[in-house]
This record gives sequence, C-alpha cells and structure tokens, in this order.
Amino acid sequence: MNDPDEVTRRTVLAGSAAAAGLAAAPVIAKEPLPVQKASARMTPKMQVALTVNGAHQILELDPRVTLLDALREHLRLTGSKKGCDHGQCGACTVIVNGRRINSCLTLAVMHEGDEITTIEGLGSPDNLHPMQAAFVKHDGFQCGYCTPGQICSSVAVLGEIKDGIPSHVTEDLMHVAYSDAEVRERMSGNICRCAAYPNIIAAIREVHEA
Amino acid sequence: MRPFTYERATSAQAAAQAAVAHPGAKFIAGGTNLLDLMKLQIETPTHLIDVNHLGLDRIEKIDGGGLRIGAHVRNTDLAADRIVRKDYAVLSRALLAGASGQLRNKATTAGNLLQRTRCPYFYDTSKPCNKRKPGSGCAAIGGFSRNLAIMGVSEACIATHPSDMAVAMRLLDAVVETVSPQGETRGIPFAQFHRLPGDTPHIETVLQPGELITGVTLPKPLGGRHVYRKVRDRASYAFANVSVAAVIGDGFQRFAFGGLAHKPWRAEAAEGLSDASAIADAVLSGAKTTPLNAFKTTLTRRTLGAVLREARA
Repeated sequence: MNDPDEVTRRTVLAGSAAAAGLAAAPVIAKEPLPVQKASARMTPKMQVALTVNGAHQILELDPRVTLLDALREHLRLTGSKKGCDHGQCGACTVIVNGRRINSCLTLAVMHEGDEITTIEGLGSPDNLHPMQAAFVKHDGFQCGYCTPGQICSSVAVLGEIKDGIPSHVTEDLMHVAYSDAEVRERMSGNICRCAAYPNIIAAIREVHEA
Repeated sequence: MRPFTYERATSAQAAAQAAVAHPGAKFIAGGTNLLDLMKLQIETPTHLIDVNHLGLDRIEKIDGGGLRIGAHVRNTDLAADRIVRKDYAVLSRALLAGASGQLRNKATTAGNLLQRTRCPYFYDTSKPCNKRKPGSGCAAIGGFSRNLAIMGVSEACIATHPSDMAVAMRLLDAVVETVSPQGETRGIPFAQFHRLPGDTPHIETVLQPGELITGVTLPKPLGGRHVYRKVRDRASYAFANVSVAAVIGDGFQRFAFGGLAHKPWRAEAAEGLSDASAIADAVLSGAKTTPLNAFKTTLTRRTLGAVLREARA
C-alpha cells in the first residue's frame, strides 16, 4: 500500500471488472490479501514452483491461496473467473497436468511442479484455439463470464471422450463414443446463467467433427 | 479461511504421526469438500497434511481375485479403470453418477468416503447443528428436511451421507484399509466403517485419531448384472434423492441404497426375498419420515422396482 501507482492500477482493474461482470458474478476480483501484521496467528508464506501456460513461475504464497487466486491475483491471469468459489459453477475451470479441475477448490501450494493451462494458454486474440473460434462462430455465450471455464472444460471433454473415459450416459461402459448427449452430461459442471447451452454444444460438435 | 500451516507428507505412517502431533490437523488429498467447508469456516483445521504424494494412486489385483484401490486414486481413474468397468460395473456407474467431471478428476477414493453431509443446516452456521456443533440441536428435524434421511435417524441428526461411490462399495463388501500413527494396519469391513448418528452425529466413522486410509479392497468379482439407478432433482450434477445399487446373478441378489441414511443403507435380510414389494418392505422397515421426506419411501419402492425389472430383463 506504499505505492500510490499500484493502488490506482488495482482500483481501475477492480472497477472495470465490476462493470463487466456485475450482472452474472456475485463475487468480483478481490484485492490480494492484505499484508498480515506479525502475530502468533500469522502463517509463514511458502514457495511453490509451477508451470503456467508454458512459463515457469515461482510464487511466495500464504498456504490459504487457492490455485484460482494465485492465477488471478498473483500472476494477473484474470481469464479464469471466480463465480461461486465453491466448485459449483465451473467458471474457474483450468487444465492441470492434462485434467480439468475447479481451480477454486485446490490450494496453490498443492501444485508444486504441476503444469497448468488457463484460457490464456489455449489461444490468443490473434491466434484463437479452434474451440475459442467455434464459440465465437456459434455464439456460445452472452455475457462471457463463464466462457473461459466453458472453453477449458470443452477442450478437456473432447480429450476425455478420445481417451475412452466413460460418463453417466455411456450405454456400454467398455465403448465410449462422441454424442451430443455425452457432451451435455460431461459439461454439467459448467453453469451458464445466460443459457447459451445449445450453442456451446454446437461449438463443441464442430471442433469434434473438424 | 482461518490460518493453517501446511506440510507434504512423505509416507503414510509419517502422515498419521503428523496428525496426532498437531492437534487440529486434517489430511488433505483432493480437497474438493474440505476446502469448500474451510471457506465457510465449518472446518477450521490449524494444520494441513497433504497426502497426495504417498504412492497410493494405483489399482492392482490382489491374491484371491480381488482388487486393491489406492486411497488417492481419483474418481475419474477408478470409474474408467478397465477391470472396474468390466468386473465391478456398479462401482463405475455409481462414481459416474456423482459430482461433475472437474470434481471427479480431483476427488479421491478415501476423500469420497470421508466427505461431509450436504444437509443445509450443517452448511448454515447461523443454525443449530449437532454434527457441526455438538449439543447445539438439530434445525433439520422440523426444518427443510425434503432430502434428508429416513433410515437409522436419531433425535440428534437426520443427515444423509452424500456419496454414490460408497453405496456401491457397501454392496460389494469392500474393506477399508488404514494405517495408525504407530504403523499398525487394519482392514475395516465397509458395513462397519460409517456410523449411524445416534447422539454423536459429529463422529461419522470408526477411524481413530491420526488413522489414515491407505486403500480400499474389493473381493473377487460377483458376476451378475450390475445396475446403479440414481433419482435426483436434475439430470446431472445433483445429490441423490434416492439411489439403488444392485447386482443380480444366478441365485443371488444384492441391493444397497443411497440418500436414505447417515451411511450407505443395506438390508442383507431382504436379499433372500424375490418380490420387489416384499424387498422394499424389509429394506424400509423402521423408516422414520418427516412430512417433507415421506415421499422417499414411495420413491425407494418404485426405484427398486424399476431396477429389478431392468436387472432381471
């Protein structure tokens, strides 16, 4: 809090996040945890090394920091969103060591050595991932708040089907194949308050068929 | 979250020892339920012992034709394991009926057994709950009890165990393997692992302080037809109102039920009967309902009937 420029920049970021996300998001980007005063209850910070979107990162974190907060507040990768912060909405979905998880329900210090891919690592505005391009083409969103999580999940879902991982709607557990029903079931952990679901399915189908 | 210290355990026994050395310690594996509860300050551990790196993530055949599932095998990997899919299909089906893809990728076998109830009053820290705060009372009895227990309930608690996986493990006569801080190992038959609420609903299992689950073993395959039917308020990603696990083969049948009780519910005495209605009578014997959850008896009967028709077809 000694650097007035830093405070101003944060204020602007928090303000624009509120304007963009207010309708859909009950929780907006939070300030980093304030620096704790030395006391008996203070937890020492811990070092964690992880790879995020191909870049090696070393962070000093309070053990309470979730992977989501580490990405958003410490690495400034604000693509992954905080919706419910309880694993119910899927807006925070990222891919860790090839598997999609809720980044809000895991501690950053538990990810020593892990490889994390966020929406920023899948593609860029100039070079969209095929799933990002398909979401744009099929209008797979309205407000866009759930979209980074939806896209990370979608990419992982196609991988899960390809790897033969069954789902609740797989008729023969030994034989896993793509269907819209499979995608609907597998995407149930990503909630879209704008109800863009049919267009999300269309986007995923297009990438599967490509 | 309240402050806590964190360590990464290097062996199962070291983890168990660390748990008794730090009062207020908790093990963390997947963390999908524990961190949810820590954010709400329902769980307030002062020390976390990360048990993800103990090598307990394998599924292997054991002598006698059974299977050992490491404590930290993820739900996705267990459900997708080819032996499980082929020989213990009811377990795959139960796992796949629970949670979301993201949660199954993280949640572990042992953690699933130890997850806490989703009773709304356990989650609401402004309300009394004997499970959250022993002796404070139960707001669920006489409250919004629609999805709460009807079997094995007490005056202190009508919470349900939320797991689907555990229902299949109860059906399969699984055994929970543990290690103590002293390094002693034991196998706990699944039927004895979870407790009924009685007047101590905050004590949910028979695990002793520091005792760490290292795995779950399944006896040799039963054969037969495997079915897991879950009835819930949404088509996906919701806890059961009622679920029925069944294995039906030549001359034998087994049933276990989710959504009915503080633990997976099974009535072995009912398994010798053939008529669906008689089986349901025996299973539901002693049911104690509230006006809001009385529908669960009818739902259990009908779901069991549907499962029997499917399995015998």
